[in-house]
Amino acid sequence: MISLAGRDILHAWSRFVLTGMGLGLLIGVTLSMAGIYRGMVDDAGALLDNSGADLWVVQKDTQGPYAESSSLRDDVVHSVRGMPGVARAANVTYFTMQVARGARDVRAMVVGFEPGLPGAPGELIAGRRITRSHYEAVADVKTGFAVGDTIRIRRHDYTVVGLTRRTVSSGGDPMVFIPLKDAQEAQFLKDNDAIVNERARNAANPALNRPGLPGLLEAVTDAQSSNHNVNAVLVQIAPGLDAEAVAEPIRRWKHLTVFTRAQMEEILVAKLIATSARQIGMFLVILAVVSAAIVAFIIYTMTLGKIREIAVLKLIGTRNRTIAGMILQQALGLGLIGFMVGKTAATLWAPIFPKYVLLLPGDALRGFVVVMAICALASLMAIRAALKVDPAAAIGG
Amino acid sequence: MTHATTAGHGIRIEGLRKRYGEGDTAVDALKDVNMQVAPGEVVGLIGPSGSGKSTLLKCLGAVIEPTAGRMILGEQTIYDNGWKTPDLRALRRDHIGFVFQAPYLIPFLNVTDNVALLPMLAGQKNAIARERARELLAALDVAHRAEAQPSELSGGEQQRVAIARALANQPPVILADEPTAPLDSERALAVIRILNQMAAQYRTAIIVVTHDEKIIPTFRRIYHIRDGKTHEEAGEGRAIDLAPAHA
Repeated sequence: MISLAGRDILHAWSRFVLTGMGLGLLIGVTLSMAGIYRGMVDDAGALLDNSGADLWVVQKDTQGPYAESSSLRDDVVHSVRGMPGVARAANVTYFTMQVARGARDVRAMVVGFEPGLPGAPGELIAGRRITRSHYEAVADVKTGFAVGDTIRIRRHDYTVVGLTRRTVSSGGDPMVFIPLKDAQEAQFLKDNDAIVNERARNAANPALNRPGLPGLLEAVTDAQSSNHNVNAVLVQIAPGLDAEAVAEPIRRWKHLTVFTRAQMEEILVAKLIATSARQIGMFLVILAVVSAAIVAFIIYTMTLGKIREIAVLKLIGTRNRTIAGMILQQALGLGLIGFMVGKTAATLWAPIFPKYVLLLPGDALRGFVVVMAICALASLMAIRAALKVDPAAAIGG
Repeated sequence: MTHATTAGHGIRIEGLRKRYGEGDTAVDALKDVNMQVAPGEVVGLIGPSGSGKSTLLKCLGAVIEPTAGRMILGEQTIYDNGWKTPDLRALRRDHIGFVFQAPYLIPFLNVTDNVALLPMLAGQKNAIARERARELLAALDVAHRAEAQPSELSGGEQQRVAIARALANQPPVILADEPTAPLDSERALAVIRILNQMAAQYRTAIIVVTHDEKIIPTFRRIYHIRDGKTHEEAGEGRAIDLAPAHA
């Protein structure tokens, strides 16, 4: 038996291909949305991988440093280093800001780190590591900076000495690594006018400016203009130890909150990007419904255009299942064309997206199955219309 | 033109009735239809609008169920106050050929496959079905258009392909519904000549429903249908002498 669907598709191939391309662009958007979600999850994983930590020690009762703000004194790291099972520990600061790049800004997460310890940038793709204590930076290549460029952070210029890749925040912002002391200063640095005003305010305050207590005013002013806080302490545990077993004494004795890798992944994926994931999920549902509506409409109108031929086919003895199969195959053919166009489009335009779009083969396979299922469902209305055609309609008008 | 014989295969209809609706609103579209068409015979079925021609054709074509009566196709009783076969679709496919007012060829199949479709639906292998189609197309003088699409054919060629399709499963009867309506006189007569040739060649009984004054004189027997009843009369049986290319 010849394929009636195949012959019909070949007969009206231009209409079919154009419709398939339109559908394909919609499928491409759907696949890209799924890719954006995967990219966000991957960004979160990359953030944790790049930190090099097994444990995240943060301010008590917070879910910092990525999901909530967290502030610790920078001497906490010394006591953490003394805890059993801790191999290495390092202070780290994170803050997201607009970093000046020429006349334009780049949104970046500025990371203050201690060289050679957890939190330091991983493998470099160009340049070298930071060797000076101040005003050198390593930037992710996605910031657009090149080795030798100058970055303006607050009031100081930093020279880019090295480049990394895939070092991003959970929001996908590329990272700029600078020395911890510089980062602490930058995070809490006030402008000169504010400092002058603060000093004047302190000097005018009789509680602080006491003639009988020389040095009090200077001490208060110094305390206000310096910063000894960090956002977290990153901990690497000794090999072979259980992370939870190392974390528990720190929680108990240091009155801090400690997260293991699994807990931090839970925070990042299940909480931090949960809203975005739901948003994307809604888009996927809407796009699926729109795709189904388009396929249903196209197949239905194509079927209505063949009512007389279908009546003739039924009159001359064509089985209902042959006619239903023809319509179903056409819908699946449309889905196949749409999927191929969509997959190609999504692959081609993924690098243009500002955020990381991760197209997984498994998602593509699932997408293909869903597209085919949607097309099969969408053909039901047309099949119903075709099966209702009376073969007598071919006779006598 | 073949000579009518009433023995053997063909189609015989006895006391066929069809009522639409029930009670006060019931309409008797067919009241007492009696017909007999022998193998190789072409008869005309004529009557005014609303006389019941289409209803009769639909009953004969097994697309609507008569109310009462008897229909015998070949040697098989297909209706005797109820259908005698459960699969009307297979009955239509294997035992009844249809030729319509417009050819209604399947636009996405080429000429050969339009004809071969019926044998394929009946379960024949594609190659055998296509071979059968090519034979019929040759008999109908359209073999040279075997690979063409229906849209590339003239009206006469399309109608000849439609006749070939009706003959594809070698049915004992062909029902032709106004097959010459859209054609001019010459082409209309050519179609009737072809139907007569095919009836003779394949021993098929053909019933031609028509209003067409041009072709009515060509029938040797005519059934008039009026108020749901048939009346048989002799036709002129005028000879048709046209070259095949005129169709």
